[in-house]
Amino acid sequence: MSDQPMKDHDVGRRDFLRKAVAGGVAATTTALAPPALAQQPAAAAPAQEAPTAAYEFLNLDEQAFVEALVNHMIPADGLTPKGTDLGINVYIDRALGGAWGKGDRLYMQGPWKIGQPGQGYQLPLTPAQLYRAGIEATNAYCVRTYKKTFDKIDATQREDVLIGLSTGKIDLGALPTRTFWTTVYQTVMEGMFADPIYGGNRGKAGWKLIGFPGALAVNRENVEKYRDKPFPTDPLGIADMS
Amino acid sequence: MATRLKEVDVVIIGLGWTGGILAKELTDAGMKVVAIERGETRSTEKDYSVPNVRDELRYVQRHDLMMNTARDTLTVRNNRSEEALPMRRLGSFLPGEVVGGSGVHWSGHTWRWTDMEFKVRSLYEERYGKTFIPADMTIQDWGISYDELEPYYDKFERTAAISGKAGNIRGEILAGGNPFESPRSREYPLPPLTPILASQMFTDAARNAGYHPFPRPSANASRAYTNPDGSKFGACQYCGYCQRFGCEANAKGSPHMTVIPIAMRSPDFELRTHSWVTRVNKDSTGKKVTGVTYTNVLNGEEFEQPAAVVLMCAYAINNVHLMLLSGIGKPYDPVSQTGVVGKNYCYQTGAAATLFFEGRHFNPFMNAGGSNASIDDFNINWAFDRAPHGFVGGYVVGGGFNTVLPIGYRPVPAGTPQWGKAWKAATAKWYQTAMQISASGSVMANRNNYLDLDPTYKNAFGLPLMRMTFDYKENEHKMGRHAADFINQTAKSMNPTTMNPATARTDPWTVVPYQSTHNTGGTIMGTNPRTSALNKYLQSWDCHNLFVVGANAFPHNSAYNPTGPVGALAYWTADAIKRYVKKPGPLV
Ligand SMILES: Cc1cc2nc3c(=O)[nH]c(=O)nc-3n(C[C@H](O)[C@H](O)[C@H](O)COP(=O)(O)OP(=O)(O)OC[C@H]3O[C@@H](n4cnc5c(N)ncnc54)[C@H](O)[C@@H]3O)c2cc1C
Repeated sequence: MSDQPMKDHDVGRRDFLRKAVAGGVAATTTALAPPALAQQPAAAAPAQEAPTAAYEFLNLDEQAFVEALVNHMIPADGLTPKGTDLGINVYIDRALGGAWGKGDRLYMQGPWKIGQPGQGYQLPLTPAQLYRAGIEATNAYCVRTYKKTFDKIDATQREDVLIGLSTGKIDLGALPTRTFWTTVYQTVMEGMFADPIYGGNRGKAGWKLIGFPGALAVNRENVEKYRDKPFPTDPLGIADMS
Repeated sequence: MATRLKEVDVVIIGLGWTGGILAKELTDAGMKVVAIERGETRSTEKDYSVPNVRDELRYVQRHDLMMNTARDTLTVRNNRSEEALPMRRLGSFLPGEVVGGSGVHWSGHTWRWTDMEFKVRSLYEERYGKTFIPADMTIQDWGISYDELEPYYDKFERTAAISGKAGNIRGEILAGGNPFESPRSREYPLPPLTPILASQMFTDAARNAGYHPFPRPSANASRAYTNPDGSKFGACQYCGYCQRFGCEANAKGSPHMTVIPIAMRSPDFELRTHSWVTRVNKDSTGKKVTGVTYTNVLNGEEFEQPAAVVLMCAYAINNVHLMLLSGIGKPYDPVSQTGVVGKNYCYQTGAAATLFFEGRHFNPFMNAGGSNASIDDFNINWAFDRAPHGFVGGYVVGGGFNTVLPIGYRPVPAGTPQWGKAWKAATAKWYQTAMQISASGSVMANRNNYLDLDPTYKNAFGLPLMRMTFDYKENEHKMGRHAADFINQTAKSMNPTTMNPATARTDPWTVVPYQSTHNTGGTIMGTNPRTSALNKYLQSWDCHNLFVVGANAFPHNSAYNPTGPVGALAYWTADAIKRYVKKPGPLV
């Protein structure tokens, strides 16, 4: 599978959207509906390419950020396709747009204090709000530093930004950098290794990477049989068994 | 105004392991029992079945079976000079919130705690002198003995289908079992689980070094089994989805497929789900409770359920919260060291190393909750001299796997990049080649670790959250260092390609990540109403028709998981209540 056409395709799509919005052509969500878009530059994409992501939560800037992020963190190589081909961006979008992203199970009463690291998450933000604010702050940092947003900087610069986020060296102002980063990292890993029903781990490529058999139920005989032996895995997901 | 309902003999708050056992035993004894459970009913057939239960995201990451912190949580801090803040989402511990409680999604490691815990202060003082125990370490004897509890351990082990190998039957030491355990009256109901590679390798290393490995006893049925109550177990499938999941094969001993369905068959038992107990009510004398007030969480309606006997079975920390909210017993004050409710809250500590062996295949997705070989040489082995190391308590060490799924478990050697091609290559390379050796350590009670009501934060019912003030003390740091050294030595003797060594937990306790759902203390049992909240039958010293059942009754925490004595004490309390109803009044 080639890398480039998909990337071009994505950029093309987003540029189209930006222009459309800027030009006031597509002021309504209907005009932005993904099926219509998919027809635009889609011809460039190879037929077997993963379907164009249809986003329910992320806005255009955020889509660009997340796609660049997951493709940087999970680049295509002999081991797996790249992050967007695994659907990690789709996973993140759905997770943020869904119950978890909206703060399900999160205690959201004040007063709000920063507290000690050992006291855990203390922001008055749902995960979706945190993601949104974190992307905005990271992009602001990138513009300050590189004059471009995260999706437009080169791979070396992206690497530096991710190192800065993961070590807390980049200051995101009001947002605690580590809190944003751990949420980002967690969602990328979930998108890579959660069951494919959630939109990521497409083709069970995350599981194939490590040899995880997925939803397999019965190992009783296998414990002895495969003790210290490779276990032949063609992983099964929930959908395969439903 | 709350709607007042008809009085019953017994009301049980919470229907997990303890509530389930008591519901069954007391309906068997002919009492009219109502159980009030905040969660909903879930069953093996419709909820814990394949493929849908095989969902790490839902059950591990999103805590589907566990308490919803949006509705009720705790505030936490390390010491009194800090401001406690709410645990806004689950992390360090994961109490359940469905019928069956945490007993649905536990792992099943089931131990018999011994007189080394129950007589902790006497034993250490006798051997090491009074000054060996630090002044701020508020450990005390429990007022109960192993011999008294033995038949009840036995009963719980048979109910929950424990697979294991006895090390001591009536004083005879048996090969293959834990030689340090206290005498048991008979073998485990089921033979040990089939060992996995990691547990075999740990067993060999420990044995070569002169220690005494044994298969960890656990409620994972090593073969199909019918317990004495007639509950049917399937054989464990080593599916790798144990802890935090319900068991699809009914192979994990859980209250929702044992004691609870049996109680449900009795016309004298009624279960009310979606019902949240907010308070236990007292009569005008304050010496008896009259029943409970609860809210139907489906519509907010409030009810009062009068009862002759009230049983708190809502899980250790929830029981303490209810005691504080209901104003039963004097709250503990760490400054004057008076009062009892909230006293001696304890947790556990630990250390772990990851060992990588190029070329080996651990198949970490193939295990039971209890696929683990353990040693007790530094725990209930009283011959292990603590004097040179200067700590009270001990730790149990194990090698094996329990529910290591890929969102959470992808071991790589320290220093590996966290993303990119190098990360991916390392993840692919090492996943199959890693095993862990880990220790779980006791935590001794300390005067500054306690529970009380938070002055600021409230739950969904407008009631104060409980505040947890907890940190590890020097005693635990010393033990942690000993454990880490031992683990690293053992690991090195196994010649791994590389390893991430164990380190002692000496940083302040944190509410993330997950550590264990082994919270203990807060309403402890004892021999003196001034220093304990409950007597040895878990009966409140203050209100004799109230019993508070669970690990809240433990005066300190051992290295072991808690549910062995939690289950045994539930049966023990059931017998006490059967005596109590014939002649109500203090049992001690
Ligand atoms: C992930 C995990 C792994 C574990 N592994 C082990 C192990 O290997 N070995 C071991 O010994 N122990 C283990 N445990 C601990 C074990 O599950 C508990 O010790 C045991 O379930 C305690 O029984 P209980 O009856 O006290 O509480 P639970 O079984 O938790 O039951 C309490 C019930 O009370 C209900 N409740 C709470 N508050 C209210 C209220 N206000 N009104 C109405 N209902 C209420 C809850 O919803 C719940 O159903 C584990 C726990 C977890 C979470």
